Parts: sequence; structure tokens; C-alpha cells
Amino acid sequence: MLVEVRLFATLRNGRFKKREIELSEGSALDVVLERLKIAREEVGILLVNGRDASEKGKLAPNDVVSIFPSLGGG
Amino acid sequence: MAGYCGKILRVDLGTGEINKEDLDIALARKFVGGRGLATYLLSQEIDPGIDPLEPSNKIIFATGPLTGSRAPASGRHMVVTKSPLSGTVASSNSGGFWGAELKRAGFDLIIVEGKSDGPCYISIKDDTVEIRDAVKFWGKLVSEVTDLLVEEAGEPKARVLVIGPAGEKLSMLASVMNDKYRAAGRSGVGAVMGSKNLKAIVVRGTGKLEPAKPEVAKEVLKKVRKKIKENDVTAKGLPTYGTSVLVNVINELGMYPTNNFQKSYFETADKVSGEALAEKFLVKNVACYGCPIACGRHSKVDGVEGEGPEYETLWAYSADCGVDDMAAVIRANNWCNEYGLDTISAGATIACAMELYEKGIIKPDEIDGPPLKFGSSEAIVEWSRKMGAAEGFGAKLALGSYRLADEYGVPELSMSVKKLELPAYDPRGVQGHGLQYATSNRGGCHVRGYMISPEILGLPQQLDRFSLEGKAIWVKTFQDLTAVIDSLGLCLFTSFALGAEDYTDLFNAIVGEDWTAEMLLEAGDRIWNLERMFNLKAGIRPEADSLPKRFLEEPIAEGPSKGHVHRLGELLPQYYEERGWSEKGIPSETRLAQLGIA
Repeated sequence: MLVEVRLFATLRNGRFKKREIELSEGSALDVVLERLKIAREEVGILLVNGRDASEKGKLAPNDVVSIFPSLGGG
Repeated sequence: MAGYCGKILRVDLGTGEINKEDLDIALARKFVGGRGLATYLLSQEIDPGIDPLEPSNKIIFATGPLTGSRAPASGRHMVVTKSPLSGTVASSNSGGFWGAELKRAGFDLIIVEGKSDGPCYISIKDDTVEIRDAVKFWGKLVSEVTDLLVEEAGEPKARVLVIGPAGEKLSMLASVMNDKYRAAGRSGVGAVMGSKNLKAIVVRGTGKLEPAKPEVAKEVLKKVRKKIKENDVTAKGLPTYGTSVLVNVINELGMYPTNNFQKSYFETADKVSGEALAEKFLVKNVACYGCPIACGRHSKVDGVEGEGPEYETLWAYSADCGVDDMAAVIRANNWCNEYGLDTISAGATIACAMELYEKGIIKPDEIDGPPLKFGSSEAIVEWSRKMGAAEGFGAKLALGSYRLADEYGVPELSMSVKKLELPAYDPRGVQGHGLQYATSNRGGCHVRGYMISPEILGLPQQLDRFSLEGKAIWVKTFQDLTAVIDSLGLCLFTSFALGAEDYTDLFNAIVGEDWTAEMLLEAGDRIWNLERMFNLKAGIRPEADSLPKRFLEEPIAEGPSKGHVHRLGELLPQYYEERGWSEKGIPSETRLAQLGIA
């Protein structure tokens, strides 16, 4: 299945902004992190289709995964 | 007496009298300082019912006991007065270096009263205070007049707080600027300075500030600095991208207000994000007094260098106006800095005017500038300038979105609470934060209890942004803690890394107290109730604890927050109960007595 992965802030360094990734059916989010060599402690906010998600959460075809480092502002 | 200087400077611009009064230290501690103490003094000294632009209004420039100390990010001061925009108490916070300089000159706060016959400014060199003529400075833009005033002071290290032409022309959106680019932005505080013919306050101080318990302070400072250095937000996120790193987060969650909050997702947000700013326009990071975070951005466009844009500014001029042109946003931001306008309210008022224009409510022949169309780079830049100069239709915009929309008979199209324009988070997508908008003592504001922290960023713990459970008590606690941080004279951004215990340790070591965190939070509660009482006496009824109809009745149409409205009707009674207020939102005599402000 294909999912769209969007990376932000420092996670873009040496990677990309947005890309479609092929995964085997029923893969969880941690597979994406592993594939992109993103360590768990680098991740601040993890979203699937704009909703908070856990790294063990299963993905469905065409899901949009957004990954942010820890950040704040205002 | 450590922490406090122990002196109030009182300047009457009507009579020309200058007085240095002893600060009642017990009173100062009761209200902590800064925002709390100044609100108490304002409540005592003015009738909250007055017209904010009359000479009987007073304007207080207040530091906290930690301002100018060695505590991290301790360069904050507060501008406290009755707001001409909202009619509420205004306490507008700014960073930079001016507040710390005032402390070194030996004053905790300045109370300015009356009205000068002609343009004037206040000059402070340690103990020497004068009211000086400012005819030649009147009408000048912020950066130029700052340089001229430093020159006239003959002190290269003098710090300047000033209004631009917007404040002189009594724009309800006028800010009080300091150190050229820092702003006490909200609530129209610049217009109060303008109404008094006060252009600036120039300060040079050479005193030293020592903590009450130097050995304890050393340990506490080591601990809090370490926390700030090890926290991902304060050590990485904010220094690398500044506040605008939030653009993509809030947009991906589908709560990034677009086209005057008609939509909640901005397709091309990444073009006008913190990442894009860092990639193409950033010159360098800048830090305020004593700040290890350095979230400030120096950006450059058309060869002009300036500070910003911050997240809120970036949002107001980009998504809210439908513009994805970073250069145009920076130009508009620069006009706001030069004319002295609040970037949130200025951008949001243009966005409101755009909705009115596109709906045919504002007619093309009424306006003397570029068409007010969503997406127009030209419109955001030129209307900002015209607003600052109060030129033509810009003078109407300079009164803010509520007065604009109200004049056309559609006040509900102003995205404001208590007439203060809302910032960059759609409350339908974040319930606690929406409750905080509705109940903030200065109106539509995000920095009186930044619920984005737990509801979005997971700090100190992750809450479900759509759930109502426990949100009322979270909002109350965040509001109380924020009142304390503001009153101490510290930057709110330290709270990404520090908690109530840390602030208590800092307060105790520097002021020489032995408070518990509960006592500090109770002081926050006291300050909150004091502000509430000011507003009630000013005629701001609890019914004003509301949100624009759009958020209560129209569900978000698409994107990740689709289908949600704000459930204020369910949250507000819980909030009043947590505060110990009546069902109608009035603090009880018992509660006020418990807090020592009956």
C-alpha cells in the first residue's frame, strides 16, 4: 500500500519534505520511522490524517503521515 | 528588598510633576510585581468606567521582581492601562532590554498620568528624570526616532520605548514598541500613550541587581538553565526556527485559520512557514535580555532588515488573508513595526475587511487603495501602511475589526473576543484553548493560558484536543501560572521547560522569600480575580465570555478537524465553578476575601 509521508523542521535535513512510500499491508507507523532512520526520541508530534497517532498504530492505504520534532512557539 | 528596587516613579504630564515614591514591599509581594502589582495600582487609582483615552486614564510600565536578574529570559516588562480597544484591563507584555534597564535605573515601575499640552518624552538616567519636548520627534517612524532619541540622550547604551504614528493618531491597534522591534502589542496600549502626547521613555541605568540569597540563587539558576538547555523546545525548536515553526503543525491539524476563519487549512502554508523563513529570508537569530533561547528572527527583504515575523504575525498576514507570499508578509510586518501596530490585530482586521469586501458589504468605491481580496500581497502591504498612517479608509481599519464590522451591521464577522482579534488557532479544533479565548481577561488572546502546550504539543502532558474532560481546571491552572510568570518579569517561553516549582525556587532565591508553589499559584489566582473585578467594574459583563457565532454554530467544513464546533456552552459553567464564581460568572465575596482582595 502507498502512504504519504510529510516531514517538518529539522527532520527534513538530509531527507525530504513530502514523499509517497510503499509499505506492506497492515504496517504500523514505526515501520515508517525505521525506514526513514528517524529515532523515536527525535519525534515530538506524530499525526495520521491530522490526528494524534501512536507509533504502534496500523496504517491504511493513502493515509497521510506527518512527523514533527519537539517544538513550540506562540 | 532584593528583587524589587523599592521605588515607583510617578510622572504627571499635566502638571509636570515628577515624584519618586517608596514601593510598599508587602503589597508588591502580595501581587508579585509586574502585571499583578500594576493591575492592583491601576484598580486603586482610576475609575474602571472612564474613557480610556481621557487624561484620567493612567498607563503603568511595570517590571517584575525577576526582571533584569540573572534568571533566564528575564527581560520582560508590562504595559498596564485601561484598553481603548476592548475596554478591559490591558496588560501588554514585551521583551527586549528596556525593562531590565529600568530596573538598573532603580525603578520597579513608572506610573504616567495626565496629559501633556504638547508632544513630550520622559528621559531617565538613573536618578535623574526629566520631561522633555518631543515636537521634533512627533510623526516619526519607530526605527528612526529610536536612533534619534539615543543620540539626544548622549548615551549609546540608552534603551528606548516609543510609539509610532499609529499611537499618535490613537489607533485602537497601536502597540508600544521598545528596542526598535519588540512590541507590547495587544489591546491598543500605544493609543493611551498617544492620548497623553507621550512619544517615548528613554532609560539608562547603571545600578546592579543582586539576589537575596546568592548561594541558593546560584544553585537554582544552574538547575533551571540546565532544564532549558536540555528541553527540545527551548534548546532546539525555538532557536532553530523561531515561533513560526508552528505554522505547519497547526495547519496539518486542520486548525490553521484561513481567510478570516472561513477555512481551517491553508493549502500553501509551507511556502509561508518557519522552515521557508529559515531557508530564504533569515539573517540571524536574536535574543532578548538574559535569554538562552533566542527565538527572535532577523529577516531581510528589499535590502531592509527587521525583526520577525513571529508565528502570529506570519499567520495573520498569510493564511488569515489567504496570502502565500513571504516577502509581502515581511513587508507588512515591517510597516507594523515602523508605525507601531499590533501585527495580530492589524492582519486580522485586514482579513475581516477582505471578507466584508468579497461579500459585497464593503463596496469597491468606498476604498482608496488596492482591492481587499483574499490572496492579495499588494493589499496586505499597502493597507498596513495606510492603517499605520490613518490615511483614508486605513483610518477606519485602524479602529480594529470589531468596530469595522459593527459599522457595517455585521459584528459577528469580526473574529474577536471582547473586541480583541483572535490569534492563530481555530478554537473548534482545540477545546481548552477556545475556553481560554472566551475567558481571557483581555479578550481574544493566546498568551493568558497557552493551552496549545498540553492540547497540541504534549507539554507537560498530552491531552485530547477535542475532549472537554478536565479542560476547565487545566485552563484555570494555566491562567494562574501565566499571571505569575508575567508578574515575575519572565518570558512565558520558559514554561516549555520549567514548572511552578522552578518559578517558586527562582522567586524565593532572588526575592528572599520562602513561598511554596501553592502560594505562588494562589497569587496567580488573586491577580486573575483582580483583573476580573476591574473588567466587571468597567462594565464588561460575563456575557462577553463568548466566541464569535461562527465557532459555536458552523462546524469546520473540511480537513482533519472537520465537523467540530466549539462547545463553550458545556465548558463555561465548569470553568466558573473551578474559579469559585457564581453561575453567572461573578466572583463571590467569600472567594475574594480568601484571596485577600475583597
